[in-house]
Amino acid sequence: MSKIVKLKKGFDINLAGKAKQELADFAPAQTFAIKPTDFIGLQRPKVLVNEGDAVKAGTPILFDKALDQVMYVAPVSGEIVEVKRGEKRKLLEIKILADKENSFEDLGKINLASIDRESLVQKLTQSGVWPNLIQRPFGVVANPADTPKAIFISAFDTHPLAPDLGFTLQGEDSYFQAGLDALAKLTEGKIHLNVDGSKSVPAIFSQAKGVQINQFSGPHPAGNVGVQIHHLDPINKGEIAWTISPAGVVQIGKLIVNGVFDASKVIAITGSELTKTAYVKTKVGACVSTFVKGNLNSGHVRVISGNVLTGEKISMEGYLGFYHNQITVIPEGDYYEFLGWAKPTTEKLSYHRALGLLSFLKPNKEYVLDSNARGEERAFVQTGVFESVTPMDILPVYLLKAIMAEDFDEMEELGIYEIVEEDLALCEFVDVSKHPVQELVRKGIELIQYS
Amino acid sequence: MKFLRDLMDKQKPLFEKGGKLESLYYAFEAGETFLFSPNHTTGIKGAQVKDAIDLKRMMITVVVAMIPCLLFGIYNVGHQSLLATGETAGLWENFGDKALIGLQLVLPIIIVAYAAGGLVEATFAVIRKHPINEGFLVTGMLIPLVVPATTPLWQVALATVFAVVIAKEVFGGTGMNILNVAMTARAFLYFAYPAQISGDQVWTYLGDKAAVDGFSGATALAVAYNAGVDGVPVTEALASHNTALGSDLFSFANMFMGWIPGSIGETSTLMALVGALILIGTGVASWKIIVSGFAGAYIMGFVMNLFAVNEYMAMPPQYHWVMGGLAFGIVFMATDPVSASQTETGKWIYGLLIGFLTVIIRVTNPAYPEGIMLAVLFMNVFAPLIDYYVVKANKTRRLQRATV
Repeated sequence: MSKIVKLKKGFDINLAGKAKQELADFAPAQTFAIKPTDFIGLQRPKVLVNEGDAVKAGTPILFDKALDQVMYVAPVSGEIVEVKRGEKRKLLEIKILADKENSFEDLGKINLASIDRESLVQKLTQSGVWPNLIQRPFGVVANPADTPKAIFISAFDTHPLAPDLGFTLQGEDSYFQAGLDALAKLTEGKIHLNVDGSKSVPAIFSQAKGVQINQFSGPHPAGNVGVQIHHLDPINKGEIAWTISPAGVVQIGKLIVNGVFDASKVIAITGSELTKTAYVKTKVGACVSTFVKGNLNSGHVRVISGNVLTGEKISMEGYLGFYHNQITVIPEGDYYEFLGWAKPTTEKLSYHRALGLLSFLKPNKEYVLDSNARGEERAFVQTGVFESVTPMDILPVYLLKAIMAEDFDEMEELGIYEIVEEDLALCEFVDVSKHPVQELVRKGIELIQYS
Repeated sequence: MKFLRDLMDKQKPLFEKGGKLESLYYAFEAGETFLFSPNHTTGIKGAQVKDAIDLKRMMITVVVAMIPCLLFGIYNVGHQSLLATGETAGLWENFGDKALIGLQLVLPIIIVAYAAGGLVEATFAVIRKHPINEGFLVTGMLIPLVVPATTPLWQVALATVFAVVIAKEVFGGTGMNILNVAMTARAFLYFAYPAQISGDQVWTYLGDKAAVDGFSGATALAVAYNAGVDGVPVTEALASHNTALGSDLFSFANMFMGWIPGSIGETSTLMALVGALILIGTGVASWKIIVSGFAGAYIMGFVMNLFAVNEYMAMPPQYHWVMGGLAFGIVFMATDPVSASQTETGKWIYGLLIGFLTVIIRVTNPAYPEGIMLAVLFMNVFAPLIDYYVVKANKTRRLQRATV
């Protein structure tokens, strides 16, 4: 039975700098990097390569000693040029200088009809596609030893300036289906494919077989898989579900059909500070400099891997995160503003009517937002706002207070198993008191996870 | 504004770590962030952009919403004064004189409230090393509006200091307090110095002039209460009150407009509603609390009618809306997000109970003619309990889902 869910709560941040629906011919990235910090829950990374080693696309590069079946592999063939470590020798990046011609590690095609679950899991974990599977609760890389109650796929992205997944996955239909078929072997429950109910659904999703297609509509965060799970089959204590992005499903499909780890993906190059905003075909972990340099229309910018709500600030030579499907370039906001809190203005975006009272006059206005923190942290004062942007039966302020107080029972009872950072990212945006909401959520999750 | 910024940058090292005036950093910071929104940027991970709102903006919106009440209050103080001494009859006669009298009485109270409270805030910020709370912007304006114009200034200062310290700072500042700060200030005055904030003599400023013969300074609530005791229908008692000054001074329309004696900002229901419109329009205050508060008062007034054993109980329920400080209290005090109920369901219950309690206290309690003050404080204390059960219901839903 497919479900139709209409959500009302939430907020769409309408930013300037949407990607045009065309593939741009940016110079291809020269270097690629695997960042262990992208993989939440990766506890004790062990590097398998040394600087100077030659690798192929699909060669294992590191694994987690706490979850040692799962390999993290090279996205391209080339030479390991740097293993970058930070304070206390924390592993930050493993950089690969790409070959001119990409060559693949031959991992062997997989016949889904004959393979059993155990061997399939073995294949997926060794080949590098496994980290696409995320476990709920906690939002960490899935444990191959678990059998999830269901697998959830959000087939649309409602984040600010997010790419149109129908466009980024063009022509990948058969791989997508192969990936779905493989996933069907991993769970005894259903595979939920959640599509945007307010638009026409791309054929790649509407024609998918072996899945339950549910329709979601409403403002962001309607596209967040956590919100969708909450309305389809919420996660209770002791239960495990997995989530995966459509791009991840395609990656698995390519392994099944072609027998290689193909890290290529189409990402959106977005943001108000770019002259040219478009889509580009690249690979996981690509260096963003060729997309950004020479493409800026102002000097002082912040480059973000991912979107403005949940992304990560990277440098102009930084690398695309493993799970990210866009980069966003916005102005850096490190300036003082005279009486900035008091001035009436139409240039600033606010969810609150105390500032955006007349914003309904221009519902389609595209805003340029910078990285200014817009005030300082204070105690919680205003109430009812978080609830109004969280389309779940969850009381975010009470949950956050429970996390601050490190009250484990309270966190559990208030639903910490149902959320990860991105589900409350809007709360962080609209917060009058400027709390680091997503950081708090992760802190709470880690408290529960490692207790 | 470059020179101001330069001046700030030049002075800043003095207050930063290692500077001579390091201990005064938060006092400096308060001034700096008031003049200039800080240049902080968002972190490496998490939301990279932030909503343009901040607490300063939110609080100043509440102050703006109080301005109609304030302006009306200033004029009404002068109007009541000249009316009592028989120097004026019409509403708009002697406009300049009335405004002047009002300003002379009200401005010092506002200045004293802001100065006394600001000093406490700054002291606590410096000693406890936390940023100055913007919540005081609102408190400093609310306190003057809920006291009579004749209140001695030292009492205003004392009440403000008491309220800011005991009701707020001991709990950790704005956001941590249990009781509404301004209401606490008023309650302090009420119980510590009842002679200056209750009775018939304090509401109208006479100065050194004598009131006209037959003048009574009683508020509408006192008149209504006495009518209940004497067995006269309340509407008749109100209509025949103070006929020496003019006819129908306590008519429903007059009370709604606010041309009656009372605390500075509380008399006009109309202006409180204008404030409510601003607060609801900007989304700063919860419309649920305001609507349910008024509804609660009406319902309880109606119930009183049904079981009326005296004339006060038989008073038409809508009179409760326009007498005393009910409207002002519900709009500006009950909606304080920190001390009110914080869950959406809880807000309905909280507002409704404030309305109920106000009317019950007014009608049945011989000691306090005004009920809104104690009703708000009482419900402030009970708001966490309401929230506790609303949150518990949320937890139960989650638990039931798991076990089914």
